[in-house]
Amino acid sequence: MSATGYGWLVLAFPLAGTVVVSLGWRVLPGRLPGWIASAAILGSFIASLGMLDKVDAEAHVDSAWTYAATGDFVADVSILVDPLSVFMCLVVSGVSFLIHVYSVAYMSGDRGYTRFFAYLNYFVFSMLLLVLAANFVLLIVGWAFVGAASYLLISYWYRRSTATHAGIKAFVMNVIGDVGLVIAAFLLFNETGALDYFGVFAGAEEVFSPDDGTLVAACLFLLVGAFAKSAQLPLHTWLPDAMEGPTPVSALIHAATMVTAGVYLIARMFPLFELAPTAADISAIIGTATLLFAATVALVVTDLKRVIAYSTISQIGYMILGVSVAAYGAGLFHLMTHAFFKALLFMGAGSIISAMAGVQNLDRMGGFRKAMPFTFITFTIGALALAAFPFTSGFFSKDEILSYAIERGGGFVVLAVVGYIAAFMTAFYAFRMVFRVFTGDAVPEARELEDGHLAHGEPMNPMTGEPEDTEVGFPGPEHHVAEWSWPMKAAMAPLALLSLIGGIVGVPALTDTLEHFLEPTFEDSRYAEVHPSSGTEWAELGIGGVISIAGIALAYVMFVRRRGITLRLRDRFSAVHNFLAHKWYFDELYDALFVRPFTGAGSFGRRVIETDFVQGFIVGGATGIVRAGTSFARAIQTGYLRAYALLLLLGVAAMALYFLLASS
Amino acid sequence: MWFEQVIFFLAAIGALAGALGVVILRNPFYSVLALVGHLVALAVLFLLLHAEFLAAGQVVVYAGAVMVLYIFVVAYIGGSDEPLRPEGGALAVFGPLFAAAIGIELCIAFIASGLDALDTTGADVGPGFGTPEAIGQLLLTRFLVPFEAASYLLLVAAVGAVVLARRRRGLEGTEPEILA
Amino acid sequence: MDITWYLVLSAFIFVIGAAGVMSRRNPLVVLLCLELMLNAGNLALIAFSRMHGGEAGQVFALIVMVIAACEVVIGLGIIVAMYRRRLPIDVDEMSELRG
Repeated sequence: MSATGYGWLVLAFPLAGTVVVSLGWRVLPGRLPGWIASAAILGSFIASLGMLDKVDAEAHVDSAWTYAATGDFVADVSILVDPLSVFMCLVVSGVSFLIHVYSVAYMSGDRGYTRFFAYLNYFVFSMLLLVLAANFVLLIVGWAFVGAASYLLISYWYRRSTATHAGIKAFVMNVIGDVGLVIAAFLLFNETGALDYFGVFAGAEEVFSPDDGTLVAACLFLLVGAFAKSAQLPLHTWLPDAMEGPTPVSALIHAATMVTAGVYLIARMFPLFELAPTAADISAIIGTATLLFAATVALVVTDLKRVIAYSTISQIGYMILGVSVAAYGAGLFHLMTHAFFKALLFMGAGSIISAMAGVQNLDRMGGFRKAMPFTFITFTIGALALAAFPFTSGFFSKDEILSYAIERGGGFVVLAVVGYIAAFMTAFYAFRMVFRVFTGDAVPEARELEDGHLAHGEPMNPMTGEPEDTEVGFPGPEHHVAEWSWPMKAAMAPLALLSLIGGIVGVPALTDTLEHFLEPTFEDSRYAEVHPSSGTEWAELGIGGVISIAGIALAYVMFVRRRGITLRLRDRFSAVHNFLAHKWYFDELYDALFVRPFTGAGSFGRRVIETDFVQGFIVGGATGIVRAGTSFARAIQTGYLRAYALLLLLGVAAMALYFLLASS
Repeated sequence: MWFEQVIFFLAAIGALAGALGVVILRNPFYSVLALVGHLVALAVLFLLLHAEFLAAGQVVVYAGAVMVLYIFVVAYIGGSDEPLRPEGGALAVFGPLFAAAIGIELCIAFIASGLDALDTTGADVGPGFGTPEAIGQLLLTRFLVPFEAASYLLLVAAVGAVVLARRRRGLEGTEPEILA
Repeated sequence: MDITWYLVLSAFIFVIGAAGVMSRRNPLVVLLCLELMLNAGNLALIAFSRMHGGEAGQVFALIVMVIAACEVVIGLGIIVAMYRRRLPIDVDEMSELRG
C-alpha cells in the first residue's frame, strides 16, 4: 500500500471506531466500548507506522473526492503525506492510544462511558484530519471538528454548570480562531487563486513581496486561529477552565494534541511566515509573553489540574517561539516530548484526584508517597521532564529551542533570556506540585489508601463545592487509582519511559534523527542553514540544565525543608500574589470588555427592541389599528333596526347625489 | 284641463295627508286608517293616469284585503298608544333630516333641467290603454315569467305565514325567552 | 298635467315613508310606512308608463303590489309570533343582529 493509502487508513480507523461505539451504545456491555475505541486508535497508530515506512522526501497528495469545483475554487477531500504530517500522526495516534487505554479503567463506572469513547474517537479522527489535510478547506473542517469535540468533551459532565460554562467559553474562543483562519484562507485564496497548500505557497512567492500588507494580514489572521486553538495570549482564558472535563480529556486534548494544532499550523505555513517576517516576529513575541505569563500564574494557583494547564500554556509558548524563529525541528521536537510528559502528568493527576475523592486543591494534599508509589514515580518523571532536568526528553527539546533563538540573534536573544527565566519558574512549580502532593505528612485520604481502601467523600463540584449526585451527567461513583488498575499502569509506564529517554532522537550533533527526518518538509526554508554549532548548543543546554536544577533545589528548600515559608511569602507579597492568583485579571478584563457589553446589548435587544418595539409597537400597533378599525366597524352594527334603515337611506341619498352630479 | 287639475290636487292632498297621518298618529289603528285613505287617494291618481285596472286593483286588493289583514293584526295585538318621549332619540332627529335630504335631491332631479324629458303631458294613448285586456295581454305574453314568479312568491309567502303562526307545543304560555 | 307633478308627489310620499320607518318604534307602524314607500314607487312607475305610452310600467306596478302583499303577510306573521311569545312589540328591543 502506498503512503497515502495508509493515510486514508489512519483516518478511517477512528471514524469507524466512533460510528461503531455510538451506534452500539445499548448493546456493547461493560468496558467493551473502551476496548473497541482503543483498538481503533491502535489501528490508526499501526497505519501511521505504515506511513512512516513508506514516506520519503517527496510530499504525496491524494485526493478522494472533489467536493466543489467552480472556476478557481477547487475544494477536494485530499490528504497530504509528508514527513511533517507523518510525525504529527504518529504523535497524535500514539499518545491517543495510551490515553484511551488509561480511560478504559479511569472512566469505568461513569454512566456515560460509551458516549465518552465515541467523543474521544471522534476527536482523534478530527485531529488526524486536521493534520493530514492538504488544502485549507479540509484544514478548516478539521479545525472546526476539533473545536466541537473539545466542547463536547469539556462539558461531558453536562449537569455540572461550571463544566457547561467552560465548554461554551472554550467553544466561543475557538470560533474566534475559526473566523481568523477562514479570513486568512480567503485572503490567500483571493491573491493566489489556490486553496491547496503547495498552490498557495507557490502563488505567494510570486504574488507577494516580502512583508506585503495583505500577506502580513493573512498571517496575522492565521495567528489568531493558531492562538485561539493553542491558548496563547490573549485567547488563552479557556484552557484553565477546560480542566472541568475529565482528566483523560485534559490529557489528550488540552495537553498533547489539540492545543498543538496551532504550532502545527505555523510550522505547515512556514513559507508564508518566512515571507512575512513581521508576522513571524509578532508570533515569537506573543509566544514568549505567554510563556512568561503562564509560568508566573502557575506559581500560585492551587488547583492541581490548573497548575498543569498553565504549564501547558507556557510550554506551547515555547513551541510557538520555536516555530516562529524558524527552528521547526526544535519546536516540533518539543511538541513531541511535551505530549509525552504532559499526558503523563495529567494521568498522574487523575490518579491523585481519585485518591483524594475528587478534591483537586493542592493545599489539601500531602504525603502520598507511601500510598501511591507508582503514581509518585511516574509523576516525578513527568515533572523532571517538564523542568528540563538534564538528559530527560524535555531538557533536549526545550533548551534546543532557546539555543536556536539565540542563534538567530538580535531581539531573539531577549526572547531566549525570557525563556530561561520562565524555565527556572517552570522547574520550580513543577516540583512545587511534586513536593506538595507526595511529601510531608500524609493527609487522611493518603492514610486511608495506605490502609488499603480508597477514600470516598460526598460527591461535589470541586470548584464550587456544590453537592452533586452520581447519575449520568456527573462523575460516577467510582474512582480509580493507578496502583490498582492495570490499564492505567499500562498507559502510564510507556509514557514515563518515553519522557525519560525520548530525547534520544534529538541529541545535538549525536543523533539529530528528528531533525533529519523533518528536513524534506522544511528544505525550502530560508533559515534551513541557520544552525547553532554543536558546541554552542551543548553550552546552552548546559545553562538550561543548571537553571533547572536550581529551580528544583529552590522548590525543595521551600516545600520540604522550610514548610510554611510559602504562607509567609503569600502574606508579605499579597498584592502580587492576588494579581497572579487572579491570572493577571484577564477573565475580569474580558468580562468587562466583551461579556458585559454583549449581554447588555442582548438584554437591551430583548427588553427594548423585542418587547417594546417589535411586540409593542409593530405587532401591537398593527393589531391595535386593526382592532380599532374593527371596533369602529362593530360600533355600526348596533342591532337597531332603525339605525340600519337610516344607513340604507344614507346610501341611497349618496347614490342619488352622485347620479345627480354626474348627469349635470 | 282644469277639471283634471282640481281632481289631481285634491287627490294629492289626500295622499299627503294620509301619509303624514300614518307617520304622526300615535295609535296604530289610526295609522292604518290613514293609510287606507292614502291608498284610495292614490287610486284616484291612478285613474287620472289612465291606469284603470290598477286603480281597481289598488282599492280591491290593497285597501280591501291587505289593510283588512292589518286591522286584524292590530286588533289582535291591541296596539296601544305609544309614549311620546322615549321616541328614538337621535334617530328621530336625523331620520327625517336625511329623508328630507333625499326628497330635496329628487325634486331637484325632477324639476331642474336635469330631466327635460319629463316636461310633457305624456304620449298619446288610445282608449284601450290601461284596460284589463291590455294588462292581461301583456301578463300572458311578454311578462309571463314575472307573472309566474309572482304567483310562486305568493305561494311561498302563504306557506311562510302558516309556518310563522302555527302553535308550537310547549312554548305557548311560557315566559318570554331571554334572547340576549 | 305634467308628469313632473306626479313624480314630485311620489318623491314626497317616499320621503315621508322613509322618515316614518326611521322614527317609529311600533313594528306595525314601520311596516305601514314601508307600504307608503312602495306605493310611492308604484305611482312613479305608472306615471312613467303614461309618459311613454307603454303598459310595461303598469305591469311592473302590479307585480310590486303582489310583492308588497307577500311582504306584509310575512311581516305580520313575525309580529304575531313575537306577540305570542310575549316579547315586547318594539323594534328597539329586537337588536340581536348585532356585531
